[in-house]
Amino acid sequence: MKSLNITNLHASTTDGKEILRGVSLKVTLGEIHAIMGPNGGGKSTLAQALCGHPGYIITQGKIEVNGTDITNLSPDKRAKHGLFLGFQYPVEVSGVNFASFLRLAINENKKAGEKKISPIALRNQITDEAKQLAFSQDIINRSLNEGFSGGEKKKAEILQLALLKPEFAVLDEPDSGLDVDALKYISKTILSLNYPLGLILITHYQRILHYIKPDYVHIMIKGKIIKSGNAALAREIEEKGYEQLL
Amino acid sequence: MKAQPIVKSNYKFGFHNPEKAVFKTPKGLSPQIVQAISHFKNEPEWMLKLRLQALMIFQNKSMPNWGADLSGINFDNLYYYISPSEKKFRNWEDVPADIKDTYDKIGIPQAERKFLAGVGAQYDSEVIYHRLKDKWEKLGVIFTDTDTALQKYPDLVREYFGTIIPAADNKFAALNSAVWSGGSFVYIPKGVHVSIPLQAYFRINAANMGQFERTLIIAEEGSYVSYIEGCTAPIYSTDSLHSAVVEIIVKKGARVRYTTIQNWSNNVYNLVTKRMLIEEEAFGEWIDGNLGSKVTMKYPSLYLTGKGARGEVLSLAFAGRGQHQDAGGKAMHFAPYTTSTITSKSVSVNGGRSSYRGMVKIINGAKGSKSFVRCDALLLDELSRSDTYPVNIVNEQDVTLGHEASVSKIGEQQLFYLMSRGIEEAQATSLIVNGFIEPIVKELPLEYAVELNRLINLSMEGSVG
Repeated sequence: MKSLNITNLHASTTDGKEILRGVSLKVTLGEIHAIMGPNGGGKSTLAQALCGHPGYIITQGKIEVNGTDITNLSPDKRAKHGLFLGFQYPVEVSGVNFASFLRLAINENKKAGEKKISPIALRNQITDEAKQLAFSQDIINRSLNEGFSGGEKKKAEILQLALLKPEFAVLDEPDSGLDVDALKYISKTILSLNYPLGLILITHYQRILHYIKPDYVHIMIKGKIIKSGNAALAREIEEKGYEQLL
Repeated sequence: MKAQPIVKSNYKFGFHNPEKAVFKTPKGLSPQIVQAISHFKNEPEWMLKLRLQALMIFQNKSMPNWGADLSGINFDNLYYYISPSEKKFRNWEDVPADIKDTYDKIGIPQAERKFLAGVGAQYDSEVIYHRLKDKWEKLGVIFTDTDTALQKYPDLVREYFGTIIPAADNKFAALNSAVWSGGSFVYIPKGVHVSIPLQAYFRINAANMGQFERTLIIAEEGSYVSYIEGCTAPIYSTDSLHSAVVEIIVKKGARVRYTTIQNWSNNVYNLVTKRMLIEEEAFGEWIDGNLGSKVTMKYPSLYLTGKGARGEVLSLAFAGRGQHQDAGGKAMHFAPYTTSTITSKSVSVNGGRSSYRGMVKIINGAKGSKSFVRCDALLLDELSRSDTYPVNIVNEQDVTLGHEASVSKIGEQQLFYLMSRGIEEAQATSLIVNGFIEPIVKELPLEYAVELNRLINLSMEGSVG
């Protein structure tokens, strides 16, 4: 069975501060894992380190996608192995057209010999997805994330996910800053993917888990997963907070 | 990010043809040389006087001690005048084969056929080819080289020559006034809209050459013209000097857009004075792209002299290994309700240096004037450098003045973001750079925009690890 396998992962910032202190997690295709935890516990670092952010150095442990060790690969190669990161704070790149960027990304991720997507086909796909996500404005002709509202940025990440169709995705707080309706739209989009996605969902709130029901819930504190359980664990945290676990 | 030797190994205009001059002054500069040039050109007496006076000014002015390092220029080791051909041509077929070959490689005749109203081509000191489509000629448009204009329209030339940029303006304007040769002369009659661009192409072929073209554009009331120039040179081990003067008069309600894509080879000092006088309700635009040269110092200026005059400068600089692009713009508000915008974008890579140097001046009485300056610099590595030298002089209360500046390293976050989507580092960098300059590129004719993107991608090839 295809899986994303994280074994005893340790990661530090470039100036030597250890953030991840031995994270192990296995995500099989089709599973949804929620990671919760207090601020500063290392959730975002885990997301970024998984995808190869140059600001973090992996000092120990490994990351495998479908049996291939990707621990030391550059971010673009990790993406080509099927890993996607939904950013907590999507980055603005001015002057780079959203649709052209996405087309380049989709074509880059195609395997050799696979047919490239045409601009027109992509436009249609983007328009469909944008409709599902209730984008109020035309996204195709805008620059990548530039001038997007907070909610639009989050939706645009999910739109990219839906079109890039990775096998595994890490979504870093896709729900933060979203209103109830936007939350519904992105959840619906994720749930309506027509293939089994292995998903790591980082969140502070129980709210999104009403829509996207996790198979597993993990609590991450001080760079480690200290407790794992099912959806009930998330409800327990919502009531009692993290302090009881410390 | 690693820096690697690259940049102008990809310079596709680096070839040169054997030099076959028909008239060439000896190296160096003297009143005799200036007289020889003027005599050879059979000029009226007043022009010779103007040249000799300018030479004195040049010799008495010290080198600018601000801006780029010009210590590499040896004025005694340059040829100030080289005439490649005895005459000028109106038919492409008649241009001498070696010169034609050069322009064929650069792509001039194709460009003319495709999208231009007229073409001029200057080879070393002389414009050897000039062509204006009949349609425009019939409307009274003049597009010729400045030497021919001096012979055919002496009164017109005399009325405007040196009035916007006098010889005493700066040392290199003085040098140009003393030894000028070639350049374009454009006259657009009242109310005529030249709907497709005029283009001039400047080429230095000989080694140790000084090219001093002199361009004069007069747009009469309510007229419109867009003028484009491109510049290339071969790669020699010794330096050449390109020191042009461009004077433009935009009369009441007229509009002029002047676009330059400068891609000189890396041994050319490019020291150019450009100024536009913009009258009431008229609109003048400089689009100034600096990609090549060893050193460029160029600050296209807007002199807003009429009520409600508008001006815009879009400056793009790309500095690679061994290059210093000292570019920017000036806006002088001499009348009420004038507006100016200066937008500067610079990219530095492989140890290249780019500087923004700009000035906005609003005199007392220019009430209701507005000026906005924005300069953004992008550094692609640790070796490269960017500086900003803005000056604002405002002597009027009732004005709006804005200035925004940013310097960014190629963002680690931006790179990571793009790469996390499966895009390789080199491609991601190129996307970011092209996105950065997009606001200026979109103002260029399509052919130029495509060529610019190609040049920049070539220049960056191998610059990221």
